[in-house]
Amino acid sequence: MTVGLPHFLTVGALLFSLGIFAMMTRRNAVALLMGVELILNGANVNFVAVSRYVDHGVDGHLMALFVIALAAAEAAVGLAIVLAMFRNFGTVHVDTVNRLKG
Amino acid sequence: MLSENGILWTALSILLLPLLSYVIIFFFGKKLPRKGDWVGVGLLFVTWVQALRIFATFWRHGDPQWRVEGVIPWLKVGDFTADAGILVDGTTAVMLVVVSTVSMLVHLFSVGYMHGDRRYERYFAFLGFFTFSMMGIVLSNSLMFLYIFWELVGLASYLLIGFFFHKHSAADANKKAFLTNRVGDFGFFIGLMIFFTAYGTFNYLELFALMQTAPLTGALLTWAGIGLFMGCIGKSAQAPLHIWLPDAMEGPTPVSALIHAATMVAAGVYMIARLQPLFDPTALLVVAYIGAITAFMAATIALVKTDIKKSLAYSTISQLGYMVMAIGVGAAGAGMFHLWTHAFFKALLFLGSGSVIHAVHTQEMPLMGGLRRKMPITFWTFAIATVAISGVPFFSGFYSKDAILAGALAFGWIDGHMIPFVLALLAAGFTAFYMFRMLFLTFMGKPRDEERYSHAHESPWTMSVPLLFLAVLAFASSGWKGPSNGWFGKFVAPYDLEMIVAQHGGETLQTAHHDDVHAEPVDAGHAAGPAHGGPQDEIDHGGGHDEHYDVHHKAHNVAMILSILVAGLGIGLSWLTYQRKLINSETVKSKLEPVHTVFQNMYYFDELYAATVYRFTLWFSWLNAAFDRVVIDGIVNGFGYLTRALSWVSGQIDHYAVDGLVNGVGAVIQGAGEGVRRVHTGRVQTYLVYVCFSLLVLVLVFRAL
Repeated sequence: MTVGLPHFLTVGALLFSLGIFAMMTRRNAVALLMGVELILNGANVNFVAVSRYVDHGVDGHLMALFVIALAAAEAAVGLAIVLAMFRNFGTVHVDTVNRLKG
Repeated sequence: MLSENGILWTALSILLLPLLSYVIIFFFGKKLPRKGDWVGVGLLFVTWVQALRIFATFWRHGDPQWRVEGVIPWLKVGDFTADAGILVDGTTAVMLVVVSTVSMLVHLFSVGYMHGDRRYERYFAFLGFFTFSMMGIVLSNSLMFLYIFWELVGLASYLLIGFFFHKHSAADANKKAFLTNRVGDFGFFIGLMIFFTAYGTFNYLELFALMQTAPLTGALLTWAGIGLFMGCIGKSAQAPLHIWLPDAMEGPTPVSALIHAATMVAAGVYMIARLQPLFDPTALLVVAYIGAITAFMAATIALVKTDIKKSLAYSTISQLGYMVMAIGVGAAGAGMFHLWTHAFFKALLFLGSGSVIHAVHTQEMPLMGGLRRKMPITFWTFAIATVAISGVPFFSGFYSKDAILAGALAFGWIDGHMIPFVLALLAAGFTAFYMFRMLFLTFMGKPRDEERYSHAHESPWTMSVPLLFLAVLAFASSGWKGPSNGWFGKFVAPYDLEMIVAQHGGETLQTAHHDDVHAEPVDAGHAAGPAHGGPQDEIDHGGGHDEHYDVHHKAHNVAMILSILVAGLGIGLSWLTYQRKLINSETVKSKLEPVHTVFQNMYYFDELYAATVYRFTLWFSWLNAAFDRVVIDGIVNGFGYLTRALSWVSGQIDHYAVDGLVNGVGAVIQGAGEGVRRVHTGRVQTYLVYVCFSLLVLVLVFRAL
């Protein structure tokens, strides 16, 4: 069995779904950030796979690189937010931080 | 001897000097030394001198038909013009002397009488104001100004009757006087408006001229005359409007002498004497009867009154009745003559009674007696006035009263109305009786109240000088012949209407379009005229009316004998009753109990008015009040209720509809907010769920498209 585009897309979708799931279920803010990373990487897999099988160019690769850079920046900002959250609320559990409740 | 212009200017000064006195004393009296009484007395003295100058001029001129008229334009509104003017003739000259003399003497007398009064200067101001108004009546040349000054003397009378307004009775009396006069003045106003609408002028002489060329039709003329006479009934206290005059004695006694004895009450007589051509025979008959009834009725009441001033008041009413009757029977000259003599002796009687009241501090004659020893000047002057009013020969009252009785008798013989003469003759007897009764009770006999007697004293010179002065006039003011052929005939005579028509006839042409109003022939209203010439016929028409001349001549002799007879009888009975005590007045009183009661209660006029006019007024007021309460208040309150109901409805709409809308919007928004706020859990993960779910929905939707 040859590995084709659908397999890659399946992996990407799985990663994306796992990331979403992690973000929805985990209480720890750091775990949330991890979920974000999973989502981004799911998207990266899709970019690269589509670039490889459909486009036959490097556009997807470049986009994946951009995403990785963005993910790094996002992680830096995200962790800073988590740190600030811990400082302010004494916890990193996102469900206890609900100041914006209507 | 004054020129015509001089007469007008002098007359104007006579009018304005008392006004000046009023203004000065009213505004500056408190600051002047002696509170300014000398200003009033001084100016009145000048007025008196001026009046005498006019009188002397007319005396020398000697023509009763000489008239001086001065007119200035005063008011012009559209077609209506009213001129202010002065008309001076012999009658005016006589009245000017009467008013200024009595007023001056009353001013002087009041200096003593009102001494120490709290509102001394106000009193003198009012006296000046009254004299001004009275001079206005005397000098006016038109009905309109006559009416204006007529009301002004009414006001002055009101103010002075109520001068002691802190006394309840005085406050009531001035209201009564004012309201009673209102009734008369109402008729007066109707009368003069009838003449004005018919002829379009208020001027006397023009009216007389127009009356001759284009008389009013019968009934209207009669009613106009009766209307004018109503003014006289009110002002001159004739029955049935005489009720105010006795009460007016609440005023200070000098005021009673000036206003309510000598001048203002005579204004009514002066008015009908001066306007005589405006009265038709029927109206004059009414005048004669009213006058005679008044003269008789008031004399009977004066018989039983014990209050000296009340008794004098009824005596005044009685004498005024004489004058009015005289004019009614056509003896206007005799009426004016009686006005002239009466003014002096009645003013003297009032001032004398004032002097007595001042001394003994009571007005009740039963508490006096024997005062002649304490107050000789007052006694002798009072006695002279009493003799004069009683009609004792050679005193002034005799000549004037005799002339009136002669006129009434001649009128009775010619026109067949004997009642006025009989009543007047009886009244003359009563007058002699009650006046001597007053003299005996007050001054003669023994003192009945020792304490009052011991405090009595003669009055100061300011009071006794006027008494002496008036006593001379009371004795001699008539001269020694009757009014018709004595000096008085040079002043007062019936109007020479032909001359007036000749002088003022020009205006008749302009009013020719009035012909439809008075289409009667010229002599319709005057066909029965000759009888109304009175005793003056003797001089006016000479031998032209032999028959009437004889009648008047005979009447004169008969009346003179009869009047001396009744006067003697009255005096004799009075002497027997009160001096010699041969007739016990108590026995007579008890024998004539019902009559005495009627006299004592003044013929129940007050009770009659209380039962009719007052009760009707009260009932009518009650009706009006009820109408007000039920209908007017009902409408007003109804509008109130309606407004309240409408407001309630409006309030409800506001409350439920408008507020409901506003609150509803708020509630909806709040409800929506309440609903939506649940979406905002504040948890990041929830939002994530929303994002994902929404995305999913969007994908599904757009995929479907």
